[in-house]
Amino acid sequence: MRMKAALTWLVLFSALFFSGSAFAVKPDEMLANPVLEARARHISEGLRCMVCQNQSIDESDADLARDLRLLVRERLTAGDSDAQVIDYVVSRYGEFVLLKPRLSMHTILLWAAPLVLLFAGGLAVFFSARSRRREAPSLSPEEQARLEAILHKN
Amino acid sequence: MVEIGHFALVLAFALALVQTVVPLYGARTGNDRMMAVAGPVAVTGFALTAISFLALAAAYALSDFSVQSVWENSHSLQPLIFKITGTWGNHEGSMLLWVLILTFFGALVAAFGTNLPATLKANVLAVQGSIGAAFFLFILATSNPFIRLNPAPIEGRDLNPILQDFGLAVHPPLLYLGYVGFSICFSFSVAALIDGRIDASWARWVRPWTLVAWMFLTGGIAVGSYWAYYELGWGGFWFWDPVENASFMPWLAGTALLHSAIVMEKRSALKIWTLLLAILTFSLSLLGTFLVRSGVLTSVHAFATDPTRGVFILGILMLFIGGSLALFAWRASALTAGGLFHPISREGALVLNNLFLTTATATVLIGTLYPLLLEAVSSDKISVGAPFFNLTFGPLMVPLLVMVPFGPLLAWKRGDIVAVAQRLMAAFAAAIVASLVTAFFIDGASAFAVVGVGLAFWLVFGSLTDLAVKSGFGNVGVGALFRRFIGLPRSIFGTALAHMGLGLTVLGIVGALSFGTEKILSMHTGETVELSGHTVRFDGLFPDKGPNYSEDRARFELVGENGKTIGEIHSAKRFYPVRQMTTTESGIKTIGFSQLYISLGDEGTDGSVVVRLWWKPLVTLIWLGALVMMAGAAMSLMDRRLRVGAPSRRRAKTPAAVAASTP
Repeated sequence: MRMKAALTWLVLFSALFFSGSAFAVKPDEMLANPVLEARARHISEGLRCMVCQNQSIDESDADLARDLRLLVRERLTAGDSDAQVIDYVVSRYGEFVLLKPRLSMHTILLWAAPLVLLFAGGLAVFFSARSRRREAPSLSPEEQARLEAILHKN
Repeated sequence: MVEIGHFALVLAFALALVQTVVPLYGARTGNDRMMAVAGPVAVTGFALTAISFLALAAAYALSDFSVQSVWENSHSLQPLIFKITGTWGNHEGSMLLWVLILTFFGALVAAFGTNLPATLKANVLAVQGSIGAAFFLFILATSNPFIRLNPAPIEGRDLNPILQDFGLAVHPPLLYLGYVGFSICFSFSVAALIDGRIDASWARWVRPWTLVAWMFLTGGIAVGSYWAYYELGWGGFWFWDPVENASFMPWLAGTALLHSAIVMEKRSALKIWTLLLAILTFSLSLLGTFLVRSGVLTSVHAFATDPTRGVFILGILMLFIGGSLALFAWRASALTAGGLFHPISREGALVLNNLFLTTATATVLIGTLYPLLLEAVSSDKISVGAPFFNLTFGPLMVPLLVMVPFGPLLAWKRGDIVAVAQRLMAAFAAAIVASLVTAFFIDGASAFAVVGVGLAFWLVFGSLTDLAVKSGFGNVGVGALFRRFIGLPRSIFGTALAHMGLGLTVLGIVGALSFGTEKILSMHTGETVELSGHTVRFDGLFPDKGPNYSEDRARFELVGENGKTIGEIHSAKRFYPVRQMTTTESGIKTIGFSQLYISLGDEGTDGSVVVRLWWKPLVTLIWLGALVMMAGAAMSLMDRRLRVGAPSRRRAKTPAAVAASTP
């Protein structure tokens, strides 16, 4: 199935933006300062290429991704912190640009789901095990007496 | 030929309807002859589907462009292998492959299920037939591959160049064998619900089928991952893409099913849960088909942009998932739960396994669908990408992986956790040493790397411990140890191999993600670059021509310490004129378990070319681990006690059946 995803965006790019290169970050975009460049790469990995299916701007070849990469680097050179850069990008493009959605009212279910499910599942397991143990048939007094009788007969 | 295929497909649809209605009615009324219809009809339905598929494949192989699907997805200059694999490299053909595999599994049950209780067999085949009928109708109504063009075009429009790869020959068939293989487990579950009981033969049958499906799905996902890795040209192996998640969810649920089916078979506990899980696993397969085929995930999906298909599959989805879950809610209480166990026992460990795996499945499901749902209810657009899954799925896996080696060593019913922990001391020590080595001897090792390497060693040595303990290591002499090792049931090897494979995959993932290095630069002919101790020289770009493409092939030489060439790496950019598309052919050199990966970018005006190089340590272990997991599944299947088939015993006819068959 993976290939189909691959197909999607490659088809898309080839039709719209294809410039012939296979990957995103190009040497002429990169910052001279390796620390800043590393930060830029890190930030880029968390930002979505808006015209792609599920790619970060670090991976994408689209023009828009390139613009965003340059924007991120521009902000970093201007002295912004990582958080400020991300805030700036979000203010311009909306939350859709974040590959890791922010915790807010409308994403609380998303973020809480794993823990809630694990907890609920754990409780379900616990209670079903307990109730099953309680249901476990033990011999009634009459049965016990009959068992004794049978055992003693032999 | 094409019309024969078309006709066979229509007949197969009609037979699928017969296969659904007649045996089901027979089972309800206890009519033996009506129930007996199921087997031959299932086999014939498979034969007809196969004829239909072969007819389409022949049209592709012969480049019969009067068939619309061939015209859209093939070209006379393509190499024969890609002409043939192009049969399923498009929506219509891949749906035909889907039903081919579905009917194939149905035919297998019909052919080998001679020792199944008659009503169970009839019900199973009826359910299988109903899935077939729905998808046959889908194909005939919305995705008919046999539509003709008149006048016939002279030349085709070429298969998408990215699909012109050996990966297409392997990936979809394997993936579908896995996806659709779970349909058998689903049919068995629904049949059990219709029957209102689960007997021993049910469990005996479901487990091998789960193993088969799981084995193929593992292979399909691994091949897809490797294909994406080398074809896309930027060295990623897993992207948490919705389409990828669509195949990963059935795998996770199938893994859970595999484990709960063990409990059910050996201890006849967790019956109802196993049944539900079997339904859910195939439901996730159907959901995956829907997500990929309907184009709901994105408006630009290459395959299906036609909404009628999406709505049709959604209907199928609701019918089968909704129907089976409703049936479950209605009938499950009639099934008896069995088998008591202490929380600390093999059963208990497998319950925990299921808890974590189903939570992980649900997490992936929610992450995949959340943006769609949110947009539907609030028109807020958000993205849920790799960082989310890494943060949620990752931590869920850690406790699960920690528990893995404990499971097989715990006794059934009531286990001794302290004794097991003592036996695992050696594996624990190996894991700690590996973690410490990672932390102190590898520069810049992250916490993720330290924990990951430790977990990988823990899994590998934990499975070795399992084998050692079960062969009596420490209790018997060398000769006896060897004999006992050889004599261990195959399923024990299967478990150990599968768990070991998991460890190898974890190691590969950690290695590639944590210790990989990368360089992006512009290179001139003759220039060298060094990456993680490997020196690579760029020899220049050479034009070349293939049957239906032209390419610029860059040659790189791997230079050894003494300046001599120790290997060549070719990386190319191909241009396919028919579709006006460029693809990258990344150059990969495997060194040990690691790989040097080179991909080409733009050419500069001064004759230089942009090159991106990666050093990916241990990366091949990701897929080798999957192969080892598959070997484990195959080993388990060969276990004589589990060989596909129910216990041979003659089932007394039910009074109703006797009454019906006597005139």
